[in-house]
Amino acid sequence: MSEAPLKTTPLDALHRRLGGRMVPFAGYDMPVQYPAGIMTEHLHCRAQASLFDVSHMGQASLYGAGAAAALEALVPGDMLALKPGRQRYTLLMTPQGTILDDLMVANAGSERLFLVVNASRKDIDLPHIAAHLPAGVTLQRHEDRALLALQGPAAVAVLSRFAAEVAAMPFMGFAAVKLAGIDCLVSRSGYTGEDGYEISVPSAAAEDFAEKLLAEPEVMPAGLGARDSLRLEAGLCLYGNDIDETTNPVEAALMWTIGKRRRMEWNFIGADAVRAMQDNGPTRLRVGIRPDGRAPARGHTDIATADGTIVGQITSGGFGPSLNAPCAMGYVRRDLAADGTELNLIVRGKPLPARVTPMPFFPHRYVR
Amino acid sequence: MSAVRFTEDHEWIRMEDGVAVIGITVHAQEALGDVVFVELPEPGREVTEGEAVAVVESVKAASDVYAPIAGRITETNSAIADEPGLVNADAEGSAWFFKIIPADPAAIDALMDTAAYAKFIESH
Repeated sequence: MSEAPLKTTPLDALHRRLGGRMVPFAGYDMPVQYPAGIMTEHLHCRAQASLFDVSHMGQASLYGAGAAAALEALVPGDMLALKPGRQRYTLLMTPQGTILDDLMVANAGSERLFLVVNASRKDIDLPHIAAHLPAGVTLQRHEDRALLALQGPAAVAVLSRFAAEVAAMPFMGFAAVKLAGIDCLVSRSGYTGEDGYEISVPSAAAEDFAEKLLAEPEVMPAGLGARDSLRLEAGLCLYGNDIDETTNPVEAALMWTIGKRRRMEWNFIGADAVRAMQDNGPTRLRVGIRPDGRAPARGHTDIATADGTIVGQITSGGFGPSLNAPCAMGYVRRDLAADGTELNLIVRGKPLPARVTPMPFFPHRYVR
Repeated sequence: MSAVRFTEDHEWIRMEDGVAVIGITVHAQEALGDVVFVELPEPGREVTEGEAVAVVESVKAASDVYAPIAGRITETNSAIADEPGLVNADAEGSAWFFKIIPADPAAIDALMDTAAYAKFIESH
């Protein structure tokens, strides 16, 4: 591990006042939970609204008329078709056709794309993007902005009190909105499977705004622990666990992120390798897995067939508070990836019966 | 009923009629967070001091529970297997994990008393 001192987000003092249990994450000192605990924070998010500090993530903008075309060289998503006010999930690719990072890209209008990348990857992603830009397209990091996620069925009611127009935003909509007098960039998206918003706010105004949100009766703070259990129940990948520089989008079951036109053109970095895996078929696939009992299976747990042959590995696993049961995702041999396939998870040396299960484990409740 | 003793692995142990009752401390359950699963040993198993004999899992992580003394497991608490949240609610009471007939009943005296454990937590 790095010996460098941990960085803090603009909400650091607030986390400490709220009694957050701080842990190192991607080089930042972050709250894994508050005194309510992960279970309560998770269930509250599904019932009402939870506020997450995700300011550790990398925010940046690409400026210039050629920004979308330039980004298309690096990602398989259709960036040219991304309309102003819309956001899309896509992947940065390696020349080997594996995943450098996953990210959100929004068309902010006025020849500007707004990007949010993973905290652990921003120092890789952003230089990589910068190195591939043509003349006339520039990349600017937003180190002076915090990022808050307000997630849950009550998020729309809460945020509408600050600006009525956010209620009309569609899922994966994006807008510049004044909230409590602060210029914010708001997307209707998140990482929990719930309706909600991610709000980019100037660092100097972040704490005050977060406290305003927390003062709303529906809102409770939630830490990285609940964020992880929520995204796992929602079947969403965590970079570094479920996808990384060894996984191809085909085996990661992320081909839905590749635009139709992009699959005709195959002109992004790593496209040849992705295309080859699609043509030849992957040897393994990312699937959802539910253990039969109550014992969770964590990341790196081996997956075996009844005869003991190792056929894969769990990449994310834990207990799903909304399922009141354990759930996991991982990679298995392709012939064992069908829903309902019975497998064993090798937990503490013993086979734990489990089966392949469609994801999300907990239904998405995005606004339509 | 004798005084409660504690280990550096955050188990408590109390002698009741010659049998040692063992669980995890309030401090341990706080550090773990919401307990969602408990795996208990088979009664009859002979265990050595410091041997991992049970598992307690929270939403976030799994931890071993160790035998504070050597002996034979006589009984386990099925109530916490059925309702793992009891470990958070009553760690040093009804949410005991297992009972051991000590190989050496004096072994418990070598463990920390309440004051020493409080000091131990403070310094860690």
